[in-house]
Amino acid sequence: MQSSDKESNQGDTRRDFLKKSSLITAVALTPSVALKAAENQVDERFAELFEKIPLNLTVNNKAYKTSIEPRVTLLDYLREELHLTGTKKGCDHGQCGACTVHVDGERVNSCLSLAVMNEGKKITTIEGLANGEELHPMQAAFIKHDGFQCGYCTPGQIMSAVACVKEGHTNSRAEISEYMSGNICRCGAYPNIVDAIVEVSKGGNKA
Amino acid sequence: MEKRVLKDENDRVDGIYKVTGKAKYFAEYELPGLTYGVLVTSTITKGKITSLDTKAAEKAPGVISVLSHLNKPSAPAYEQEGGPAMKIFYTDKVFYNGQPIAMVVANTFERATYAASLVKATYAKEDFNTDFEKAVSDAKAKKLQGQPDYKRGVEDAYKSAEVMIEAKYHLPIETHNPMELHGIIADWRPNNQVMVYAKTQGVKATQGTIANVFKIPIENIQVNSEFVGGGFGMALRTWSLEIATIMASKHVAKPVKLVITRMQMFTMVGNRPAAVQTIGLGANKDGKLTGITHSAFGETSVYENFTEGVVNMAKFMYQCDNVNTRYTVVPVDLGVPIWMRGPGEATGAFALESAIDEMAHALDMDPLEFRIKNDPEKDQQRNKPFSDKNIKEAYRIGSGKIGWSERKNKPGSLVNGQWKSGYGVSIGVFNANRGRASVKGILKADGTLVLQSATSDIGPGTGTGMTLIASKLLGIPNDKIKFELGDSSLPPAPSQGGSATLSTVGSAVNDVCVALKSTIAELAANSNMDATSNFIDVLKKNNLPSIEVTKQSQAGKEREDYSMYSFSIHFVKVKVHSLTGVVKVDKIVSVGDSGTIVSPKTARSQMVGGAVGGVGMALTEESIIDHRYGRYINNNFADYHVPVNADIPEIEVHFINKPDPYINPMGAKGMGEIALIGFSAAVANAVFNATGKRIRTLPITPDKILATS
Repeated sequence: MQSSDKESNQGDTRRDFLKKSSLITAVALTPSVALKAAENQVDERFAELFEKIPLNLTVNNKAYKTSIEPRVTLLDYLREELHLTGTKKGCDHGQCGACTVHVDGERVNSCLSLAVMNEGKKITTIEGLANGEELHPMQAAFIKHDGFQCGYCTPGQIMSAVACVKEGHTNSRAEISEYMSGNICRCGAYPNIVDAIVEVSKGGNKA
Repeated sequence: MEKRVLKDENDRVDGIYKVTGKAKYFAEYELPGLTYGVLVTSTITKGKITSLDTKAAEKAPGVISVLSHLNKPSAPAYEQEGGPAMKIFYTDKVFYNGQPIAMVVANTFERATYAASLVKATYAKEDFNTDFEKAVSDAKAKKLQGQPDYKRGVEDAYKSAEVMIEAKYHLPIETHNPMELHGIIADWRPNNQVMVYAKTQGVKATQGTIANVFKIPIENIQVNSEFVGGGFGMALRTWSLEIATIMASKHVAKPVKLVITRMQMFTMVGNRPAAVQTIGLGANKDGKLTGITHSAFGETSVYENFTEGVVNMAKFMYQCDNVNTRYTVVPVDLGVPIWMRGPGEATGAFALESAIDEMAHALDMDPLEFRIKNDPEKDQQRNKPFSDKNIKEAYRIGSGKIGWSERKNKPGSLVNGQWKSGYGVSIGVFNANRGRASVKGILKADGTLVLQSATSDIGPGTGTGMTLIASKLLGIPNDKIKFELGDSSLPPAPSQGGSATLSTVGSAVNDVCVALKSTIAELAANSNMDATSNFIDVLKKNNLPSIEVTKQSQAGKEREDYSMYSFSIHFVKVKVHSLTGVVKVDKIVSVGDSGTIVSPKTARSQMVGGAVGGVGMALTEESIIDHRYGRYINNNFADYHVPVNADIPEIEVHFINKPDPYINPMGAKGMGEIALIGFSAAVANAVFNATGKRIRTLPITPDKILATS
């Protein structure tokens, strides 16, 4: 502890501040544990405690209670923490739609939402869309109409398509195209995607 | 074998994984102790790094290491003299803006990203030029021969023709932008064992590159790439960022994952090079071509040369005794280009197919009639017959479906309020390649067949096509067949590029299935069974749980006797708004002439995808550089406009679907390139037919239509 304090200068204030403040707090609480931790150079773990904030949310009907850095996006939380990698990163700027998930039933670009903004919310990802072995009608329609090639934009397209039907924006092919234009498909499967949505909307399935 | 839900035998065999999120792309593998790399990039375009301050980054929370030319993480080939000029972390030279100069490795993505922002570089700047068109017109700028000059008959014969046209066409830089961001997971394990999860169009090529750079035996390297989120050519090589990540894993002795940003997709993984082309055409008054001259300049980089087939098509696509071509490349201070779908042939076809339309107009002929009149009987360049060509039939089908008879030869004739309509046509052509590949087949007594090959699927549906070939030959339902790919330990196959996978790997699948069939027949005969016995019964009778066959397949002498190409005809109907100059594509009809269609559903999707890419090339796509700083200014999906759903009209796809008798056992030729080649010219020709305005610079944006009088 002592040596690293001496080293501190203006170049590394954030970490040292956290280190100091964590240790000050820790010393006040349980000095011996904290000091031992510092000796073992596990100050990083203390820093982590102070950088993270608690989060409770539900993903695909499963409740998660965690603590997380506020700068982690919902997308990175799903992919890197929960390993729900069906939700894709295509731009990280809300410009491509590959990361589309449902938050309380609405389609959302998960790269534009910080995980901590979703406290108490219900998230559905592509992994939560099927009913066990039984595919959601939109998933089945994407297979039938070959609404993809490489498959990378597909989870986002399907989540967006399900919402598009639910929103009622399926009165014409042109309307579907318009309301699906936030989801880019570089392989160019657009006409097939519209075919899939037309079929599901005509089937009256608004699940 | 997992249960699949194929309702239709032509459904994609891996569709179920793609619609449920279970398809795993490179960045989605969980490795114990995984760390995250983030790149620091140059903020100047040319010069030297004079200092690199990594102290703050090294001290930032969670940071494990910062790699750069200062610590030169081990890569034996880079420690030697020679080799590539741009050796990542072994050079202090900057060749382009956004070049990776350091990598931060940390225990979370967020920590690596933050720490990367703390690395500070200073530079000694040098003068640079990123403006390709400026370099083309600068007599003092360096220029290199891109391909030997070609001449048949009289040079520049068009100049003395009864009717002649000469025109210059410009293409900007286009960026591949597959939806999946590029990167790699590298895991350098003890005893120099290397495991990577890559985004690659060729697992064997990636394996070979790693072996060369790190000087370790090829068998030490395992490359996995089962699902690839699009490539369009950009994953045909192992980029320096991948080498950097492997260096990093070796250096920190932990697995490292790097996923680059969308902005970095514009600078680090290639692009379709910009081009300036001049076409001269001569014809007699009856509409027979008497001279073709195609001269092209293509962009390349200063640190590595890149060339492609820009002027190929002019040499054989039209009957003409006098043809000459020239292709020159011009280095600029940008990242090195790479083949982008259709590659150079798509660049060349925009110019040639626009010029053909211009000539038809000059002759006051229907451009379709003009093309038919100059359709070649044989390949004059190679002096060989075509193995198979059905262009006239393709014209007939496509013109009927688009409603070509509604077209008026006089531009601007079809007006409906403020909208003017027009029709355009073009040809696409690409060499029908066939390489060498090996496939292993394992036929099991449980009724299943496993096929294995180290090929790739970047989206076209490799596994689906191969499964359909095997299913047809062996009579096994395709849900009992599994085709395994994207794994460097499987029997070797070439990279997925140049529209060759179905032809190359499919032939080996064919040979394996034929061999399995004859083995079963032999076993049946030896055990006194009927020759038509089911293979399950034969294997059981012989107490064999399975039989295995591995076959290597490649083209034979037939390639010496015939000229083999795939063809496409694109018909486009557009409407152009008189006041705003907005172009809306109303209808698309693409006809593919590429032999037998093995996998009808995925083949159609490939043609649809090519047309969508063609709409982008024609109307929206352009990577724009601020030449004062040498930086891209629209390096994101909001400003670089790839077509979205609302840009795309009805697309009809038709196939000739006749086997090419010589190409391979299936009679099937590749389609990935022809789906896009020529398409942009069909749009430009339709815009001309609608408005009388000839736009020779892509993309055809409203400002260009309004500016042309």
